[in-house]
Amino acid sequence: MTQEMIIAGFGGQGVLSMGKILAYAGMLQGEEVCWMPSYGPEMRGGTANVTVILSDDRISSPYLKVYDTAIILNQQSMDKFENAVKPGGILIYDPNGIVSHPTRKDIRIFRVDGYKLATEMGNRKVFNMILLGAFLKIRPVVTIKNVLKGLKESLPERYHHLLPLNEEAITKGMENVFPYDVEKALTAEHV
Amino acid sequence: MSELRLMKGNEALAEAAIRAGADAYFGYPITPQSEVIEYLMTERPEERTGMVVLQAESEVAAINMVYGAAGTGKKVMTSSSSPGISLKMEGISYLAGAELPALIVNVVRGGPGLGTIQPSQADYYQAVKGGGHGDYHMYVLAPASVQEMADFVSDGFEMAFKYRTPVMILSDGLIGQMMEKVVLKDEQKRLTDEEVAERYGDWATTGKKDRERNIITSLYLEPERMEQRVRRLMKKYERMEQEDMRYETIFCDDAEYLIVAYGSSARIAQKTVELARKKGIRAGLLRPITLFPFPTKPLNKLADQVKGVLSVEMNAGQMIDDVRLAIEHKVPAEHFGRTGGIIHTPEEILEALEQKIVKDGSIRHHTTREPSLL
Repeated sequence: MTQEMIIAGFGGQGVLSMGKILAYAGMLQGEEVCWMPSYGPEMRGGTANVTVILSDDRISSPYLKVYDTAIILNQQSMDKFENAVKPGGILIYDPNGIVSHPTRKDIRIFRVDGYKLATEMGNRKVFNMILLGAFLKIRPVVTIKNVLKGLKESLPERYHHLLPLNEEAITKGMENVFPYDVEKALTAEHV
Repeated sequence: MSELRLMKGNEALAEAAIRAGADAYFGYPITPQSEVIEYLMTERPEERTGMVVLQAESEVAAINMVYGAAGTGKKVMTSSSSPGISLKMEGISYLAGAELPALIVNVVRGGPGLGTIQPSQADYYQAVKGGGHGDYHMYVLAPASVQEMADFVSDGFEMAFKYRTPVMILSDGLIGQMMEKVVLKDEQKRLTDEEVAERYGDWATTGKKDRERNIITSLYLEPERMEQRVRRLMKKYERMEQEDMRYETIFCDDAEYLIVAYGSSARIAQKTVELARKKGIRAGLLRPITLFPFPTKPLNKLADQVKGVLSVEMNAGQMIDDVRLAIEHKVPAEHFGRTGGIIHTPEEILEALEQKIVKDGSIRHHTTREPSLL
């Protein structure tokens, strides 16, 4: 099995670290992993995306045109990557800030109110963990146990007291991811 | 004990340098390879192995520090990216001329000029055809994974000392910036002057004591002696081809069409081969691991089997020259590649393969040889 995914949003949303935690958890499960960031002069505010590939085989191209899963966190990324999901693939997005919602009918689309949930939890930095939880509910490619191990490895020790909050965020994401009905949404627009 | 880690290519290279028992690193930061010096500074290798890490005032200073340290028989390296490597070229020619072992890493970005910070393979000519002045070559390794970024450090040092030559690791921004899992070798102790002399010969300037004095120079004013030196270099390069040329073939056993690609392009093209085979096109991939010496003979042999060859490089067509020389016009060979820091997708390469080489099965033969000789 090979899982090819793209995580795309603004810099500062935790896109790269979400990918890193997934890659780390995959490695702990004995899989081949590849994490390939878009790197550029932009640090915060610009668009950031990362390709993550988990496979039980040798990974060929780290650079892809189409993906099994796209996790989309802003409008620019929606414009760029909705059409990059393979037919039958999965698109997960946070509706916050999205004005043109996805319209494809040949993929499975899910929504999670990550930004809203993170605000309710009182720490917007756990936003990416909510999205990660949502993804893992739909595609359990790595176990939560290994994700938490990955988190512990990638967080500096002075932030380890935040581990329970991150775990809570993952659970929140798992509980609050819902299928998005394109047909229904399109009809509603016309009414 | 070897160790499994998730690392960027640049970080893996830096960690491997400490573990390979490198004596010194001299460098100057430039995107997309600054993680090398950042990692080395953070790790404080002077406490781990005694390795010196120094940020020079410029690339030119760094390569001349390499020259000086290499002359004393030390395992020494530098790294940079394209514009910085151009600045080092004079020093590299001197290293080759003075027959000094050194490891130079180029994490290539788009050019010419200051170019872009995105990945590219446009420094192929510079790496394999000279770059600096004079009759010389470097032994050039092209890593295609984070694991090879780590492994090629110790392999590179071994070649550098075996042949007393500058060795280049020709990587690019994609391999340098991506993270993969990597198995790191055990930490080796740095060699003493005596161990270097015992293993690789007593040529270094380590203090004269009771022996004849050793001289490190690339200056020979008598043409006869200069020619002798050049001949020595050429002999080395012949031996490199016989003993240390490296390549890999993927799906070549029954291939009708061949892609030649190195480094990150080889990774992308491997996916193209998978996609092509799903469409019923019997494609194969030859990946040169050493770009100098180039896998000329295996490529020539494969040209007897395939109907056409596509050279895939993130440049406007450089390695294609060596591919064409190797296959001696037995079959058509074309180039495909994006430039300017744009990375080609597996699908784009497949399209190029179909349009330029497969052409619905009807192959254009523009060879001048008799068909019986093919």
